[in-house]
Amino acid sequence: MALYLIRRFLLLLATLAFASIVVFGVLEILPGNAAQVMLGASATPETVAALAHKLGLDQGIVMRYATWVGGALHGDLGSSYAYDSPIAALIAERLAVSAPLALLAMAITTVVALAAGVFAAQHRGRTGDVAVMSASQIGLAVPNFWFAILLILLFAVHWRIAPSGGFPGWNAGIGRALGALMLPALSLGLVQAAILTRVTRSALLEVLGEDFIRTARAKGLSSRATLWRHALPNALTPILTIMGLQFANLIAGAIVVENVFTLPGIGRLVFQSIANRDLLVVQDCVMFLVGVVIVVNFFVDIACAAIDPRLRRPMT
Amino acid sequence: MSDDSFVARAHRNASFSFGAALVAMLLLAAALSLVWTPYSPAAIDVPHRLLEPSLAHWLGTDSLGHDVVSQLLAGAGVSILVGVIAVGIGLILGVALGLIAASSRGLVEVVIMNLCDFTFAFPALLLAIMLTAVLGAGVVNAIMAIGVANVPIFARLTRAVGHGVLARDYALAARAAGKGPTAIALEHVLPNVAPALIVQATIQFAVAILAEAALSYLGLGAQPPEASWGRMLSDAQQQMFVAPRLAVFPGLAVALAVLGLNLLGDGLRDLLDPRLRARR
Repeated sequence: MALYLIRRFLLLLATLAFASIVVFGVLEILPGNAAQVMLGASATPETVAALAHKLGLDQGIVMRYATWVGGALHGDLGSSYAYDSPIAALIAERLAVSAPLALLAMAITTVVALAAGVFAAQHRGRTGDVAVMSASQIGLAVPNFWFAILLILLFAVHWRIAPSGGFPGWNAGIGRALGALMLPALSLGLVQAAILTRVTRSALLEVLGEDFIRTARAKGLSSRATLWRHALPNALTPILTIMGLQFANLIAGAIVVENVFTLPGIGRLVFQSIANRDLLVVQDCVMFLVGVVIVVNFFVDIACAAIDPRLRRPMT
Repeated sequence: MSDDSFVARAHRNASFSFGAALVAMLLLAAALSLVWTPYSPAAIDVPHRLLEPSLAHWLGTDSLGHDVVSQLLAGAGVSILVGVIAVGIGLILGVALGLIAASSRGLVEVVIMNLCDFTFAFPALLLAIMLTAVLGAGVVNAIMAIGVANVPIFARLTRAVGHGVLARDYALAARAAGKGPTAIALEHVLPNVAPALIVQATIQFAVAILAEAALSYLGLGAQPPEASWGRMLSDAQQQMFVAPRLAVFPGLAVALAVLGLNLLGDGLRDLLDPRLRARR
């Protein structure tokens, strides 16, 4: 396991390094000077040169990359041109909305998908299974931001029992703050649950067909005990892996859904920064989000390897 | 044996039939929009804004007086265009990289596959958002971004199936007969990867439509006066308290298109995978 951990950790570092090169590189393909783009076509050459100097854009590409990565490793992400404040502080502030939203959505996804997937697998081929699979097929097709709009229509416009958007802040009380996150989390979580339900069902069905399950049943174990003690733990690896991959979708989906509900999270910060042409904030936010996805998948892989020793062997 | 023909099996496959019907409707709507729409999808008609559905405007008009039916039809065209080009980019580059990886092995394969794995770590929508942030909003940049995100998916698939094919006797025989790696890749690997590619392309088409809708909703995809289901939804959200019905139709159009493509993909997988057929 120690060898696997070292190998996987090195892969984590390599992936993060590659991601940083890609994120940095995308800004480099910008036609023309980034400072010019930020200030607009009407800016004088002197202002453009001054901003380019302030942002360090007048340095060489390798130097700029090294400064960016070196700063990021020390928690210094540079400063926002539009907000005139440190980007790290901006991200930390927005994280107070985005992190609870992502956790809440992931919790909804997990609970719904595991319950529905186990139910479908237990009722394979029967009405319950067909109903769950049909619902998940619909869930796969519905865009999360449209589902979010439908939830607003229903809960905020029609029934008037939930806010249509905005965030009162954690100071307004946990109840009100969580209430504002409920519809966004539902729209993200339920749509994500569609994929995980299908994976849970098929992983369980595969395990339920194994010999050791038949042995457990033959020894007189009840079907419930067989399911919880033998089937589910063995089906956990593919479920966990997909959950890790889904986290990437969740992060991307949150950008759109935060905009539907005008939640002041990182997704909204990215979007506002695009509108402001505040490219450094876009760069840092994207790198932060990609970093989170990569680190989450690192821990998922470690968890999977802890559960299933076969995964610790080097891949060919 | 006629009972086991592709057409007969396709008829029996509910997923394929329903999916194909939905996709046919999507294609028909897109084709129709090229020659006819009830009104010009871009025509602004403020005096007739926010009209309820009527004989003149079957699904009513939006906040600028656009005819909703005309916009939905034109939006189908944009969705198909995005899907075809984004999947096309993914297929051409991905299959080429996958074939190179499968037939060359060694360092080239390791480099290509690691690059694919790295790209996988990138949420596709995030990549698209970043590219449009840098290059400017627009449907062309959105297509490029979605297409790039498709490349590793097709490359991995091609390589995985390609390895299996290259280990077969007929591939070894072809090599023994003096055929080069390019000829083997094109004559033996490609035809065998094709069924899996067709299935995956159908699914990625659906993913592309969803991604375009999300980007256009954010204002990073199709720009006015170009019609787009995603943009219709963002306009509709502004009118949610006045005309909630406007938020229903474009979303329904996206969902039905994606549902159709997903079902078609599932059905094709059943029909094209000989292992599934043998099991039946």
